[in-house]
Amino acid sequence: MAKRIDATDVDIYYGAFKAVEGVSFAVEPRSVTAFIGPSGCGKSTVLRALNRMHEVIPGAYVEGKITLDGEDIYGSTIDPVNVRRTIGMVFQRPNPFPTMSIYDNVVAGLRLEGKKRSKSDLDAVVEGSLRGANLWDEVKDRLARPGSGLSGGQQQRLCIARAIAIEPQVLLMDEPCSALDPISTLAIEDLIDQLKERFTIVIVTHNMQQAARVSETTAFFNLAGVGKPGKLVEIAPTDVIFSTPTQQATEDYISGRFG
Amino acid sequence: MSTQIEHPATPSPTVGIEGSAVRRGDRVFQGLSRTAGIFILVTMAAIAAFLIWKAIPSLQANTANFFTTSEWFPDQKPSVFGIAALTFGTLMTALIAMILAVPVGIGIALFIAHYAPPRLASVLGFVTDLLAAVPSIIFGMWGLQFLTPQMEGLGKWLNDYLGFIPLFRNDSGQYSKSILIASVVLAIMVLPTVSAISREVFVQVPRAHIEAALALGATRWEMVRLSVFPFARPGMISASMLGLGRALGETIAVALILSASYTINWQISEPGGNTFAANIALRWNEAGDVGLSALVASGLVLFVITLVVNMAARLIIARRSEFSGAN
Ligand SMILES: Nc1ncnc2c1ncn2[C@@H]1O[C@H](COP(=O)(O)OP(=O)(O)O)[C@@H](O)[C@H]1O
Ligand SMILES: [Mg+2]
Repeated sequence: MAKRIDATDVDIYYGAFKAVEGVSFAVEPRSVTAFIGPSGCGKSTVLRALNRMHEVIPGAYVEGKITLDGEDIYGSTIDPVNVRRTIGMVFQRPNPFPTMSIYDNVVAGLRLEGKKRSKSDLDAVVEGSLRGANLWDEVKDRLARPGSGLSGGQQQRLCIARAIAIEPQVLLMDEPCSALDPISTLAIEDLIDQLKERFTIVIVTHNMQQAARVSETTAFFNLAGVGKPGKLVEIAPTDVIFSTPTQQATEDYISGRFG
Repeated sequence: MSTQIEHPATPSPTVGIEGSAVRRGDRVFQGLSRTAGIFILVTMAAIAAFLIWKAIPSLQANTANFFTTSEWFPDQKPSVFGIAALTFGTLMTALIAMILAVPVGIGIALFIAHYAPPRLASVLGFVTDLLAAVPSIIFGMWGLQFLTPQMEGLGKWLNDYLGFIPLFRNDSGQYSKSILIASVVLAIMVLPTVSAISREVFVQVPRAHIEAALALGATRWEMVRLSVFPFARPGMISASMLGLGRALGETIAVALILSASYTINWQISEPGGNTFAANIALRWNEAGDVGLSALVASGLVLFVITLVVNMAARLIIARRSEFSGAN
């Protein structure tokens, strides 16, 4: 249930603007990879290129090669809808479907698959996913209530439950804790630790302690200058990045000298 | 305490946050909006009172049942008139118009907001807005001159292939001046209204909701169902209600197309049928005292129908507001 990702020489554009240039990296299955770097350097852009969410913005496109277990996700025979089903995503701001109950939010992705499922099947998925997202005990008595009535942290875990309900191979998270309080943040970090047993996880974070706590591998992105494209400066095991980075820019960033 | 004596104007100078809890601007605005609200209610009540007042003489003179009679001879002695045929014609034309216009209008709005390339979208948006501003007399003339001959084919086709449904059967062999033609003209008139307002709410769907659906592997249409429709539902209902209001109250276009007959004919492609608004327009000039009063009475019914329709819409919108996109 977990696959590897390889990106080779990826350039990412918003229309004529080249936001990211020459990015290559590998993400191992069942690991957590953290993207860090100053704001605007293209972390979200790279993340969204990994499940073809980037191209939903008008004029946006990707060059280079990104593979999932060796298969080119930008291949001409590949349906982006299937890519997004295989590579799930959790956003910076919790975005449960506001008109849906907690229950319906969790099974929203399953219902898209078109297969008819029995009520008991769905019930099992809802319980499993909510347990997987450490939310079950808090909401099991109010599954029919609107998801938008939960706290921010609960909403974010609901979004994680929704994403894992369709059993993706990879889970992408774009600053999932940045809108949350410290306690909810801890809850999500614990959750990430459990989820990596089953999924390949890539997480963008602006919080270096968080990167150090949750990830095995850390990728540091940086910007050569205003209006220039963002680049991947270095990617290495997290303890190496935080103790003996090879690049001066990385060292400056993690020691808080800029960003 | 000695320092306070130097500032007698400030009630308690130790903390600088005291003051009126209500700001003057807030109060002015609140006053204005309350006045406006009361003004609207009073106007509505005044209109209703006027209509009732003017309607009473004819209702007293009427020797037939006002609600179940379909004839219209208020100025005869004895006076005989009723709104059955008008109610039928009004509701039928409006209903068919909505059945035709709402799906198409919402489809156009959806295409403009979420499918069309940006440049085409702005052109189409502009055109629908323009169409919404075309005066109804133009639609009426167009319906009479252009649509009537075209509709004969459709009427025949419906009779030939769907004639087993009473609604579509045509025993008269005539296809002009029918409820069907009036409905199509009404549909085309309300289409831009429905479409312009729906488009307005469709483009306001937050990006986050759209991306939530897409990231789950939704196709474009699934995204529309998951994110766009639930968010836009109240707006779509409002748009339809505005369209329905226009269809119920449309006078000139319908008056041009329909002849003033007072029959309840379920075979909608045959000549015949009438509506409240068209009847008032056609009869007003020739009406005597009782006749005028009878027309006012029918206007009162139209007024009530419109109110009921709007309140029903409010109820639908309010019913699941807890699940709305607003929170
Ligand atoms: N929708 C967009 N349209 C155009 N440019 C964008 C868009 N989103 C991001 N960018 C630009 O791409 C660059 C990288 O942005 P982003 O990936 O959001 O950075 P990060 O997530 O690292 O803060 C920035 O220069 C930003 O202005
Ligand atoms: Mg970002």
